[in-house]
Amino acid sequence: MNLAYRDIRHKLGRFLLTCLGLSLLLGTVLSMIGIYRGLVEEALSAVRAPGADLWVVETGTRGPFAESSRIPGDTREAVARIRGVIAAGSVTYQSVEASHRGEKLRLYVIGFEPGRLGGPARIVEGRAIARSHFEAVADRKLGLALGDRLRLGRDRFAIVGLVENQVASGGDPVVYISLRDSQDLQFQLSPPAARRELARGAATASRDTVNAVIARLAPTVPAEDAADAIRRWKHLAAMSQEEQEIVLTRSVIERARRQIGLFTSILLVVSAVIIALIIYTMTMDKLRQIATLKLIGAPDRKIVGLIVQQSLAMGGIGFAFGALLVNASADFFPRRVLLLPEDGLALAGIVALVCLLASGLGVRLALRVDPATALGG
Amino acid sequence: MGAPGGSPLVELRGISKHFGEGETRVDALSEVTLEVHPGTVVGLIGPSGSGKSTLLNIIGCILEPSQGLMRLDGDVVYDGRWLRSDLRRLRLDKVGFIFQFHNLLPFLDSTENVAVVLDLAGFEAAAARARAIELLDYLEVGRRKEAMPAKLSGGEAQRVAIARALANRPRIILADEPTAALDSGRAGIVMDLLRKVAVEQAAAVLVVTHDEKVFDRLDRMFHLRDGRLDAA
Repeated sequence: MNLAYRDIRHKLGRFLLTCLGLSLLLGTVLSMIGIYRGLVEEALSAVRAPGADLWVVETGTRGPFAESSRIPGDTREAVARIRGVIAAGSVTYQSVEASHRGEKLRLYVIGFEPGRLGGPARIVEGRAIARSHFEAVADRKLGLALGDRLRLGRDRFAIVGLVENQVASGGDPVVYISLRDSQDLQFQLSPPAARRELARGAATASRDTVNAVIARLAPTVPAEDAADAIRRWKHLAAMSQEEQEIVLTRSVIERARRQIGLFTSILLVVSAVIIALIIYTMTMDKLRQIATLKLIGAPDRKIVGLIVQQSLAMGGIGFAFGALLVNASADFFPRRVLLLPEDGLALAGIVALVCLLASGLGVRLALRVDPATALGG
Repeated sequence: MGAPGGSPLVELRGISKHFGEGETRVDALSEVTLEVHPGTVVGLIGPSGSGKSTLLNIIGCILEPSQGLMRLDGDVVYDGRWLRSDLRRLRLDKVGFIFQFHNLLPFLDSTENVAVVLDLAGFEAAAARARAIELLDYLEVGRRKEAMPAKLSGGEAQRVAIARALANRPRIILADEPTAALDSGRAGIVMDLLRKVAVEQAAAVLVVTHDEKVFDRLDRMFHLRDGRLDAA
């Protein structure tokens, strides 16, 4: 006879209400993990999109995602000639604020040479950039439709294609434009500033600057060999794709990762305390019944089973409700919430462990109950 | 002491129990000797603090006496060889408890409240349920077999509690104020039931009571005063 099940059935409403409260808490824990996973995934989406093996950046810098990197525009041609490089492309990255239909939009503009490395990996709607000017491919999160026109700097761009889940590490949706347009956007002076520069006799600065050159290598060529060849040019540095991803995950989003990790840990501790208190209170409510069970000969394992099973049931139901809740609401979060099955399983394991530990307090109380109390003193 | 009827099921010889030591020492029981034979209903009366609960706890294998010998159904208890789990098993097999306020488990229906004892004893679920229903019928509460304790009247709940106490066919039944919460009519019925069980199952029934209206239904009555037992 399963006493835990029967006790739950007897006070089903109260139990489910408790589970609901717990599910909100565990749902928050799960969403924090999902937000962290989403943060990493989003941060890596821009760096993974070109499918590069090698990143060539300004010497002394760690690439365009960590800090400012400017290299000459003709670097791509030099890189393309290195042994083992089968494709190369110049790219620029910049955060831009634009307005569209009266709304301010934060964007992460990626400039690339159409037909070369650096463009979007997969266009889900529309087409790729085909003209050298004033066409853009945008992430769906921007809320733009095909044919919409977006003002960037002094120019208006037609949205010709849409991509999904392409955002910067800060969460800004990506917009791809041609390299030439992005160089104008990034380096072109406003007319008054240009006139002032002309008036003071300054040489017109070259706008043929890019933030990085990316390269794809032949499968037989180690990235380190190609990187060594590039490092011979003193003004350039080279990083493998893996190193670039590490820069992003370990450096750029490290604080966010630690912040979320700490918050998740605090939430887990709070969950453990709440489960422990609930189980303790439920045990307190049953002290006389436990004394009666002991008096009529119930072994300790039966009493322990009653408490531990209820604790696990509460954790299990709370977790299931929480997971359902987060899955149902994930799309409403302003940033991507990425729920991975392995994270769900890991949290389920942690919740089970927390429930077991939390029930310890109730078990200790129950085992101390004197069966004589059932006799009414 | 106690009515004759074969070997006593409960036998106490010089049982004493004290709590604390030195100046704080309290002698709850002193040299208590008692026998309860099969088929008899014995009453234990005494003022509050006289040691009734202590004596009931000792006979119920919950509390170890400071000295003396106790034998339950032929087994010497508290001779140093009994583990807590052994005492629990002894209670399960040989002792049935009836409480003042029935103490039914509120999350089990009448049948389950009775069957839980058999479940603990290792019975199959179907057999436990069949025996529980048989007992409820025997105690004339079979029609309430699916009712939860909160839906039972005081008398019905006490009968279900008696059914639970009898479920495992114990030889010894300890009843702590079983009629205190009942009116005289229902108290009489409960006492008649206990007598019926004592006679038909050759059980020894020890009733702690203050209830004068059931005194005439006891075979023997003992007074406990300041931890000492006198035959009334």
